[in-house]
Amino acid sequence: MSGVELALQTAEAHASAAGQRRRWLRRYGLAAAGAVVILAWALAAGFAPWVTPYPPDEVNVAGRLAAPSAAHWLGTDELGRDVLTRVIFGARTSLAVGFVVVLVGGVFGTLLGAVAAYARGWAEEALMRATDLMFCFPPIILAMAIAAALGIGARNTVIAMLVVWWPKFARLARSLVISQRSQDYVAAARAVGFGPVHILLREIIPNAVGPLIVLVTLDLGNAILVFAGLSFLGLGVVPPTPEWGSMVSEGRELVSQWWVATFPGLAILTVVMGFNFVGDGLRDWLDPHARRR
Amino acid sequence: MPRYIVSRLLGAAVMVLLATLVIFLIANMVPGDPVLTQLGDIAANNPVMVAAYRHRWGLDLPLWDRYWIFLTGLLHGDLGVSISSQRPVLQDIAQYAPATVELSSVAFLLSLLVGLPLGILAAMRRDSWVDHLARSISLVGVSAPTFWLAFIMLAVFYGWLGWAPGPGQISADQFPPPTVTGFMLIDAPLAGQWDTFWDAVHHLVLPAIVLAAATLGLITRTTRAAMLEALSQDYIRVARAKGLLRRAIMLGHALPNAMLPVVTLGGLAYAQLLTGTVLTETIFSWPGLGRYTFQSAVTLDFPAIMGITTVVAVVYVIINLLVDISYALLDPRVMRR
Amino acid sequence: MQDGADARAPILEVANLRTWFFTDAGVVRAVDGISFRLHPGETLGIVGESGSGKSVAAKSIIRLLDEPARIVEGSVRFRGRELTTLPESEIRTVRGAGIAMIFQDPMTSLNPVLRIARQLIEAMTAHGTFTAAAARVRAATLLGRMGIAAPDSALNSFPHQFSGGMRQRVMLAMGFANEPAVIIADEPTTALDVTIQAQILDLLRALNADLGTAVILISHDLGVIANLCTRVLVMYAGEVVEEGAPEDLLSDPRHPYTWALLHAAPRMDQAVEGDRRLTTIEGQPPDPRAWPDGCRFRARCPFAIEQCARHPELLAVGAGRAGCLRGHRPGGHRAREEHGARRPRYRRRRARPA
Repeated sequence: MSGVELALQTAEAHASAAGQRRRWLRRYGLAAAGAVVILAWALAAGFAPWVTPYPPDEVNVAGRLAAPSAAHWLGTDELGRDVLTRVIFGARTSLAVGFVVVLVGGVFGTLLGAVAAYARGWAEEALMRATDLMFCFPPIILAMAIAAALGIGARNTVIAMLVVWWPKFARLARSLVISQRSQDYVAAARAVGFGPVHILLREIIPNAVGPLIVLVTLDLGNAILVFAGLSFLGLGVVPPTPEWGSMVSEGRELVSQWWVATFPGLAILTVVMGFNFVGDGLRDWLDPHARRR
Repeated sequence: MPRYIVSRLLGAAVMVLLATLVIFLIANMVPGDPVLTQLGDIAANNPVMVAAYRHRWGLDLPLWDRYWIFLTGLLHGDLGVSISSQRPVLQDIAQYAPATVELSSVAFLLSLLVGLPLGILAAMRRDSWVDHLARSISLVGVSAPTFWLAFIMLAVFYGWLGWAPGPGQISADQFPPPTVTGFMLIDAPLAGQWDTFWDAVHHLVLPAIVLAAATLGLITRTTRAAMLEALSQDYIRVARAKGLLRRAIMLGHALPNAMLPVVTLGGLAYAQLLTGTVLTETIFSWPGLGRYTFQSAVTLDFPAIMGITTVVAVVYVIINLLVDISYALLDPRVMRR
Repeated sequence: MQDGADARAPILEVANLRTWFFTDAGVVRAVDGISFRLHPGETLGIVGESGSGKSVAAKSIIRLLDEPARIVEGSVRFRGRELTTLPESEIRTVRGAGIAMIFQDPMTSLNPVLRIARQLIEAMTAHGTFTAAAARVRAATLLGRMGIAAPDSALNSFPHQFSGGMRQRVMLAMGFANEPAVIIADEPTTALDVTIQAQILDLLRALNADLGTAVILISHDLGVIANLCTRVLVMYAGEVVEEGAPEDLLSDPRHPYTWALLHAAPRMDQAVEGDRRLTTIEGQPPDPRAWPDGCRFRARCPFAIEQCARHPELLAVGAGRAGCLRGHRPGGHRAREEHGARRPRYRRRRARPA
């Protein structure tokens, strides 16, 4: 078989349906797996009362600290509550908080950054200084200070996190708008007579939305981690609300009853990994460089 | 070059000032009352005691006066007196800072020693098993909650296997060496207490690994991405056309370019390590700033909170400045015209 | 112009080279069967538009292309040695020493964080022909020869401190550092100003004359090539469509594509009357993933006839070769009234007798 024929055969296999499927899997397989994980958690959280075997608050002191068994797949905690149930209910809090913080903070930060970047002048300078200022504070410490001052509770912790979360979106939005604002299509839109609001919302932001979406996805995992950390320190939810971080805290001394602290943490790990996979996949998909020619 | 540094220093000072103002306002404008937490129920119900307490700590002065006191004190190096410990905040910080710096620095070194080679290797052998391993490790490191990782580490290596010592900086049966630098790893050898030294090293291992996990992930990914970016440039093609060895191309041409963004990120990562030890220190009972921060936040110890935040802001700003300067030094395009 | 030394054995022989790219979107047959010979000290030009495959062909010679590109067929013999099957460790010894290559964009071809000295010296020490100290001395000499003033301070500089023209001179120095037998210059002047272009070409010519290095000059600009080369290959759609001496090509092009190339360039020596528009070649090159059967220029060729549905062979014509049925006779394609040729689909300037 000549070299040409061999090459043509390879090319055919390459282009075949099976070959294309394999290639898609290799490139986006992980992202798809991540999406499946997140979807699974979202469904579990949404249908928690129907999916779980026990009520999350049901105390059963007699059966406390029981190892994983057929009756309690993930064991029971200090008060005899079923760990599996609490983990699934905990997904509600974590996912909800993650979405609220990132979406609200993200939208707010993006608008702020985009408007300031488009307006230029002192507005942009002020924004830069403000975000620089916010970056001086490590997120956990600032969130801790605010949460501690406002009082314990999920709501206050979310507020504290919102304060810390918007700057990075503002920065990203600003740099994206900067790269777009001197483009010809913006000048053309202005020449036609469109106002700044229209230009920003309908022209610039749609062009810049890619990296923002990637950041949102990756940040969802981050937000869940931070909130869990704050809950671990006692600043997040109020007991007996099940939350993954506080559950780990409850079990942190219980080395021999490892299941109390291990499974909630594992839950966090899987969810955050899921978001990271999806975010990475999105980034690869949107980035022309990463594609192999 | 000097003008660059001076202007950045001034900007940095302004930043720190604004930061203190922000924290001051936050700490004072919120409903929590330190008096109640410090005095306990009985005393708190006694108005005379409350008033005396307020007066003692200057809590009855107007807002701006208190800020002014704080600022002037700052310029003299005085960060106020901690309500909980009754000591100058600066003294508290000085006592706890070295433990944090020691832990963070070791963790940083660890993440560099593992992360840099891993990232470079992953880029050199793209899509190989090394690459996949590196990406998996960094992903887990970035996704795992620190406090959970700490628990797992303690449970497995201390509770179950017994390889590592328990929480704390040194074991209970060791005498701490006289404080010279505050760093256990330096003071112990200086005092000739070598078993204390090794004990301290053993105690450092687990918390350093936990702390390093996230940073390791970050460094590996950034190094890999930076290397791949450098490898896609034209000058690499030219280097190949010259007939250079593959290793020479990777390490001699691509790596110097890849180091620029890695240095930037590394500096910021170090700053984050220094200021983000709260969770790890809490679990490992590490006598550092992180634990001190948490305790001050919970007891609403305003002077301590202010002091810590000031120090943190200063550290961040200084490190940012150092990163900018080092970037300017490393990238020949920036400084030489 | 230098006399081609055809009697000596060729130093580089390319036979039926095919380099294909196996991409997700299909197989791109960038180079689809080209053959040529290069003799020692000769200057060969390869001209063609973007996408004709000239760059890919050049890079295939020293195997600079990675996946998804593959040399699927053909041979490249350098000094009698087959290059397409050499392991990487051995072809590395050919690159930069026996065959050197310089590229198009001087602004990005030099590593920005390394000094010039380092980049120039490593070209010499990589092949063990010079010690580091000797290389350093020679580097200064090379830079001086390439027309860079103050070579010693230039050696200590970084690339961003140089202009485009100077950087290209540095590239030339790197290319000639080991006195290669062949140097491939891939569009070396395209990114430069016209005046600098002329200087670089002069430099190339001088080096060819003094060192006897064979030069393969690749360009889309026939003028540049005609300036320097004693023989020209015209490439279109991955194939060689014509080959000959520049003066022959200019006076009697045998392939319509060459002919169109010549006429598309504004010429100062031809007066224009009436219709002042430039001749353009209508249409686009065909999709490299699916070259048409038959002659690949057919869709754009004003002289196409029915027989062009069969792929024409590259036959010897005079001192060169041509891949056009009607080009096999002098003025063959000009006699378009014969064989029912179609009307040209573009406006020609009113032809004046040459």
